[in-house]
Parts: sequence; C-alpha cells; structure tokens
Amino acid sequence: MSARSSLARHLAIFAVALAALLACDGLLHAVMAQNPFGGPKAPAQPQVGGIVGWLLAKQSEFYKDMSATIRAAKSDGSAVWTLLVISFAYGIFHAAGPGHGKAVISSYLVANQETAWRGIALSFVSALLQALVAVVLVGICAWLLNVTSQIMCGAERAIEIASYGLIAAFGARLVWTKGGAFIGALQSPRDEPALAGAHQHDHGHHHHGHDDHDHHHDHGHVHDEHCGHSHGPTPDQLAGPGGWRRGLGAIVAVGLRPCSGAILVLVFSLAQGLFWAGIVATFVMGIGTAITVATIAVIAVSAKDLARRLSAGREGGGALILRGIEFGAAGLVLLFGIGLLFGYLAAERVTCL
Amino acid sequence: MKTLLYRLVTLLALAAGVGLGAAPAQAHPHVWVTSSSELIYAEDGSITGVRHAWTFDDMFTTYALQGIETKTKGVYSREELAPLAKDNVENLKEFGFFTFAKADGKKEKFQEPVDYYLEYKNDALTLHFTLPLKNPLKPKQLALDIFDPAFFIDFKFEEKDPIKLVGAPASCQLKVQRPGEADVKKLTEEMVASGDNSNYGAIYANKILVNCP
Repeated sequence: MSARSSLARHLAIFAVALAALLACDGLLHAVMAQNPFGGPKAPAQPQVGGIVGWLLAKQSEFYKDMSATIRAAKSDGSAVWTLLVISFAYGIFHAAGPGHGKAVISSYLVANQETAWRGIALSFVSALLQALVAVVLVGICAWLLNVTSQIMCGAERAIEIASYGLIAAFGARLVWTKGGAFIGALQSPRDEPALAGAHQHDHGHHHHGHDDHDHHHDHGHVHDEHCGHSHGPTPDQLAGPGGWRRGLGAIVAVGLRPCSGAILVLVFSLAQGLFWAGIVATFVMGIGTAITVATIAVIAVSAKDLARRLSAGREGGGALILRGIEFGAAGLVLLFGIGLLFGYLAAERVTCL
Repeated sequence: MKTLLYRLVTLLALAAGVGLGAAPAQAHPHVWVTSSSELIYAEDGSITGVRHAWTFDDMFTTYALQGIETKTKGVYSREELAPLAKDNVENLKEFGFFTFAKADGKKEKFQEPVDYYLEYKNDALTLHFTLPLKNPLKPKQLALDIFDPAFFIDFKFEEKDPIKLVGAPASCQLKVQRPGEADVKKLTEEMVASGDNSNYGAIYANKILVNCP
C-alpha cells in the first residue's frame, strides 16, 4: 500500500468516527425534524411508519397531555398511571431534542475510552440526577419557601450557568490530558509497527484480572502501553472504584441542569395538590431520557470501536488516529461547554418569561 | 477487499456529514400562547404599533402564578400581577417580543413595550402589551410574524379575529396565515441549503399580511 492511500485511509477513519459521533445526534434530529408532528401540511415529508412514527408525531402532545392528566388525577387515581406512561414516553422522545447532555456524554465517552456499559451507567445516573435537581429545586423554592416563579427561574438560570461552566472546565481538563497524549502519539507515530501488528491477533490477552469487565477498550490499553506517552487510563483504572470518580465530573456537569419541562410539571402538580405524582413522573421521565441518551452513547462508543478495529494493525499509525479521535472528542466537550455558556449553542430555554 | 473497505468508510463519512448538515435542530414547545393582536393606525393612516393579548396555557399559567400572594385566594388583581407583568415584558425583549415586522420587505424595529399588564381570567393568564414601532410608517404591504424561532413557545392565533386593524384606511386588506399553512418543504430546503437551523420555528409561524394599495 502506498503511503498516500494509507494516509487517506487514516483520514477517512478519523472522519468517520468523528462524524458518526456527531451524526448520531444530528441524524436523530433529522429523523425528528422530518416529522411534521401534527403539522397538517407536509405531504412531501417522508413519514416514519408504525408505532415509532406515531410516537414521534405525538411527542409534543405527550407534554401537553400532562397538565390535563394531572388535573384528572385529582379526582381519578388511575389517571396517575396514564401520567407515568406519558412521562416515560415523553422522556424518551424529548431527550432526542437539544440539551440533555447526549453530545457531552458521548464525547466524554469517546475521549476517555469508556466502555458501553459505563456509558449506559453514566447516562442513567446523570438523567436521574437531573430529575433529582428538578425535584429539589421545586421542593425548596415552591413547596418549602413558596417563592415566585421569577425567583425560581433565576435559580434555574444560575444552575444552568454553573452546569455549562462545569462542562467547559471538564472539557478543558480533557483537552489538556488528551492533547498531551495526542502530541505524544504525534512525536512517535510509527515506532512500533511490529507491536501494532502483533496485537492484531492478540486481542484476548489483556483480560486477565478483570474478566468481569467489558472487552471494548483493550486496544486502547495496548496503545497506551506501546506509546508510553499517554496519561490515559487503563482498563484496570476504569474498572476499579476510582474510575467512577472520574465519571462523576461528567455526571455532575450534565445532570446539574434541570429540564424545563420537568420543572413546569412539578410546579403544576404541586399547585394541584399532587406533588408526589409530579415527583414520580419526573423520575420516570428521567428514566426515559436516560434510555435515549444511553442509546446514543452506545452508538458513539461503538463508532469509536469500529474506528479502532479498522485502524488496528495499520503500521502503528492506529495509535495516532485513536489519540486524534480522543483529542477531538475532548475538544468537542470544551466547545459544547463554551458554546452553551455564551449562548452560541441553543439549549432548551429556561422557563423565564 | 481493502479498497472496498476504504470506499465503504469514505461513503459512511460522507453520509454522516450530510446527515449532520441536514439536521435542523428539533425542539418542542413547553409553553403555549394563544395570540390576538391589533394593528394600531394613526389618523394619517400610518401604522404606529402592535397591541398583543397573549393567553398562556394551563401549566405555564400555574407556573407563572407560583408564589404570588393575593388578598383573595384564586383571585389575582392587575396590581398583584404587576411585578410579574413587568418581568415578562423585560424578559421578552431578549427574544424581540417574538414579533417580527417587515414593511415593504424591510425589517422594522419596535420600541420598548408600553401599557402592559397581566389579566387572570378563566384560569388563564393573559399578557397585554403594546409595541410601538420605532418609525411609524405607511407601507403598501406590512408583514407581521408572531413566532418563537426556537419553538420553545408555540404561538397560535385566536380562532376568531386573531388580528384587528384599528383605525386603518378602508382600502387595507388583511390576510392571515396560520401555522401548518407555511410552505414546510420550501422552508426545510432553505434550512438544509444554508445550514442555518436557528429559524426552525418559522414553520410554525403565524403570519399576518396587510395590503394597503
């Protein structure tokens, strides 16, 4: 193979991994956007068929139905079940919209060689934290202190800024470490072709001692050792209890900002004397959100895994590609944070009006 | 085999890129507003401003009223709602009051809102406010759009008389376009072509056209 086609291939692999990461977010938006959801005049738009299409079309209706259902639950207890079903479905589809940390979590996972399982766990914990923050915020502001919505949305704004600041800081830290690893890989990109070739038929070797763990990351692990410049974590670190502490940054940064929809539902249910139903609905919504975010996170991790597999055994340059992808993903987290903080990126608006 | 793989990867990258570019940001509304407005004309036939009456949905009404102390429970006087109304119009400024005017194709600006107050009736809050035009004008055609580009708020025209012309010359004709009547295909194509999704809510815009030949 000529050097040029090899370079082209490397670039293509790099592009596909980054693009896949972004596109899983973007494509979902496209799928949603192609649905007129109730808009009567869109014959040219392709329709998503079946139950999924119906659910997509009903997305905004779910939310609107919530207020009527909470009202109904006042006199008819069984309406609470309807509320929970609506909340769950709403959470799933709502998370596909802007915000909710899909992009941040996915980028973090790719930057940090996390496993799919870790991605699922992170998605669930951050979504549930998000629900918890909404419940605590409304619990303190509306139920305990009975302050006005203006004060409450001021608190929302403050939390939002803190969350975006944390995402930016978190991204900056990732860029710092991953940048070091990337430059390290740049400086010695092709010094161990034999080793890179060797591990091609060596996949199972690194499982010793942590067989309870998923196998996704062993290549990255191998490269870490090969390059000798990386400060990235090894699978052992990820699997250990300390690994969770690093994920905590992502969880807090993403999960801190409560969902505007949840806050409206909570205040409304409180006013109807059914605060508990609102709280349960918020957590059910969170589970729905987590399912969507986790799905996207798994796609991102798999995309990187694909890139890793494609680049494995390619004249040692594979390490450079992977470091590049991680560096790029780290940069994305930073960009998301800055973009959200300064309003370049549209997130879900807070309920100040 | 390797060439095939290479091609496949390139194809994937391209597809992903296209998918990314063609993805209008998708949101769904959290607040619903039923809007009825008046176009105010001066005696000389020029338009001086727009007067809105925006009624909020059940959930947002409850949220907005949270924590407001009243003399009588469940009854909110205009005075008791005054601080909230002030807050509302101040916050709306950031979004250009969701009111976009074009006179003969040229964008027009509004001044700070005046005569604003909130009214609580039939379990719903209605925000009344007047937006004076920076420069009163006498266009052949005035286009007025009421919508949230981010589609966080879903504006809907009142069924009956969504817009009234107050003191307009008799020759003026009014045309109203409701959400869903927009050319979704054209708007989507424009968004894909320009890569700019910030105007996603335009699909759901409420358009008013006033022709005064």
